[in-house]
Amino acid sequence: MLRTASRPRWGRALLARGLGSRRGGSAPDQNGKVSEIKKKIQSVLPGGAWNPLYDTSYLPPEHSDVVIVGGGVIGLSVAYWLKRLEKPRGAIRVLVVERDHTYSRASTVLSVGGIRQQFSVPENIQLSLFSIEFLRNINEYLAVVDDPPLDIQFNPSGYLLLASEKGAALMESNVKVQRQEGAKVCLMSPEQLRNKFPWINTEGVALASYGMEHEGWFDPWSLLQGLRRKVQSMGVLFCHGEVTRFISSSDHMETRSGEEVTLKRIHEVHVKVDHSLEYQPVECAIVINAAGAWSGQIAQLAGIGKGPPGTLQGTKLPVEPRKRYVYVWHCPQGPGLETPFVVDPSGVYFRREGLGNNYLGGCSPTEEEEPDPGNLEVDHDFFQDKVWPPLAQRVPAFETLKARSSWAGYYDYNTFDQNGVVGPHPLVINMYFATGFSGHGLQQAPAVGRAVAEMVLQGHFQTIDLSPFLFSRFYLGERVQEHNIV
Amino acid sequence: MAAPRAPLHLVAPLWNTGTRGIRGLSRVAAPEGNQKKGRSLLQFLADRFYDVQALREYLLRKQAWKMHQKNRPFTYIKERYGPYAAGAYFILKLGGAVKFQGKEWIRSNARGHFSLDFLKLQTVPVEAVDASGCAINYQGLDSLCEWGGSGAPCICPGVVGSRKALSANTSPAPTPTVALKELQVLWLQRCPHVDDWCLSRLHPLANSLQELSLAGCPKISERGLACLHHLQNLRKLDISDLPAVSNPGLTQILVEEMLPDCKVVGADWAQGLKLGQEEQ
Repeated sequence: MLRTASRPRWGRALLARGLGSRRGGSAPDQNGKVSEIKKKIQSVLPGGAWNPLYDTSYLPPEHSDVVIVGGGVIGLSVAYWLKRLEKPRGAIRVLVVERDHTYSRASTVLSVGGIRQQFSVPENIQLSLFSIEFLRNINEYLAVVDDPPLDIQFNPSGYLLLASEKGAALMESNVKVQRQEGAKVCLMSPEQLRNKFPWINTEGVALASYGMEHEGWFDPWSLLQGLRRKVQSMGVLFCHGEVTRFISSSDHMETRSGEEVTLKRIHEVHVKVDHSLEYQPVECAIVINAAGAWSGQIAQLAGIGKGPPGTLQGTKLPVEPRKRYVYVWHCPQGPGLETPFVVDPSGVYFRREGLGNNYLGGCSPTEEEEPDPGNLEVDHDFFQDKVWPPLAQRVPAFETLKARSSWAGYYDYNTFDQNGVVGPHPLVINMYFATGFSGHGLQQAPAVGRAVAEMVLQGHFQTIDLSPFLFSRFYLGERVQEHNIV
Repeated sequence: MAAPRAPLHLVAPLWNTGTRGIRGLSRVAAPEGNQKKGRSLLQFLADRFYDVQALREYLLRKQAWKMHQKNRPFTYIKERYGPYAAGAYFILKLGGAVKFQGKEWIRSNARGHFSLDFLKLQTVPVEAVDASGCAINYQGLDSLCEWGGSGAPCICPGVVGSRKALSANTSPAPTPTVALKELQVLWLQRCPHVDDWCLSRLHPLANSLQELSLAGCPKISERGLACLHHLQNLRKLDISDLPAVSNPGLTQILVEEMLPDCKVVGADWAQGLKLGQEEQ
């Protein structure tokens, strides 16, 4: 392949030839020729891509140690921690492949941006606690020389989860677990709730848990840009393309008990360029699946799930895109500056947006009402029928609200137990997952990135033990059910 | 994998064509300073030499480490002399002033020295703290607000020596007790590192704090002011001259609504409104 021409050993000779072959022409012609020759000289000098014949800078490199499929907050977080935890500096070449550089359908930027520690699974609480510490010190972690400091616009207003009679006991035990892990959560009775937030109608509320600190919401776009800027300064390469194929090889092996196992290893990733049939095979050692809502498709490309159902080969990655709506409304008599992120027992949530009495919120639909995830069109009847009535019942001031705008985004929904999948696949040995977070991926991204980087570099989890989140639980049937899903 | 590099290795500018756009974007979006055409020599060198870049990164991290050192908790003093003395020592070391109940203000002199008599007052609570202009940050406020609480994880990412960030589960969760329980007055005027996170840290002082002054802090915005509603005993709040607050007049009204018993001093509510011709 002409593109794999060898490095500039012959650079000097070609340089001389390039300069020598310049002919005199008319003045504008000469200017064009001069700039062309300047470009060729630049490509010949060290650091330039050696491509005197045609430009291939839009293609990914031919070799990369780690290929991260998906350039959202999880993929960039993995890239950051890989570059940060690698032992000799510059040891690992990382390539991030993202097919939509405008992030128009990415879950990260369409997210409401909340972060909370009020989960029921202890690992989720630990992930969230580390992530909030990361966000608090973001200008130490993601500092780039000469660039302005990051402001993620964090609102430390806390989450207020309300529980009815049925859920009160569960909420109490959850809060106990949360406090044990170090979250600052307190329980409130309906009386205390009315004193603190007079705009709430506490009918049907038996107990409430309120996060005093380390909870709130922030701007996911600035986190994404901050990560992107830092990760580029650390030397990670970005590629705008789509992964269409994995070339892998299989090894038939026998376990100690004599069972036959087929282990697969991915050798090449084919990255297809946008609006073209052109693709580049990238030779790689490790592939990280951080494709969010489309991780299931990437897993299928790698051959995960191709086998008789009920076996490990036949276990698919149970992550699929689920569409969720977010509505913005204006209510002049609405709750004031102290409004936390309120989650009703019916599943409806809302939070304050800005200073102008605007609020945003939504609701997760039930399994039967799941909208079609083919597009990102918003269903306004859903707001009228399913979101507004519980809102108006919980906050009487919201009876006179005026809907302003709305948008839709995807959850990378894990249909098995709504918790993330982190770690390697048992059969495709060099594919690692970091996906399936079902709506709380953004708030766990820094910690998950570090966990995956530790797994890749050291072979085991070091700081937070995420072994309950490995892929093998889908085959073994061990659910890690998260009860506080918004 | 990486070949050993010669000391001054000439590399092409740090961007590939893909990144030039992003770096260019981030510079264009920067609020001030980066619009100047001529770049300084150091920036130019850092873009072309790995060693200069590494040196500048080291200097940046050293600055952060110095801040971290200034705000370190004095655990020995806490164990030996009690939380009030430790809090007072911390504030005096930073250059502020402390007032014990029934005593006069203790301040450090121009050279940063102060008398250690207050170490004998182990049971006298601290009533007022004046940390105006001090380099106090989130970690420092920890030693004022809570003892053995969430300040435990060490945050500075590996500057000098090997510092590893502890995760939440390596330190056993101790029962948090408020360090300065009877603190009534807290002045944080013109503190350059007090930001929204620090304000969210003040909630353990809700029972006692009556006066809080945040005038002139450059990093506080209305998002941090929203979490002051925990401080229900607050009677006097000063939020004047906060440059990061987007709409001072409206924020003043909203904070007054949020804290009905408190006298909020700060922006005049008409500040954001357009003045009529006769009022000009």
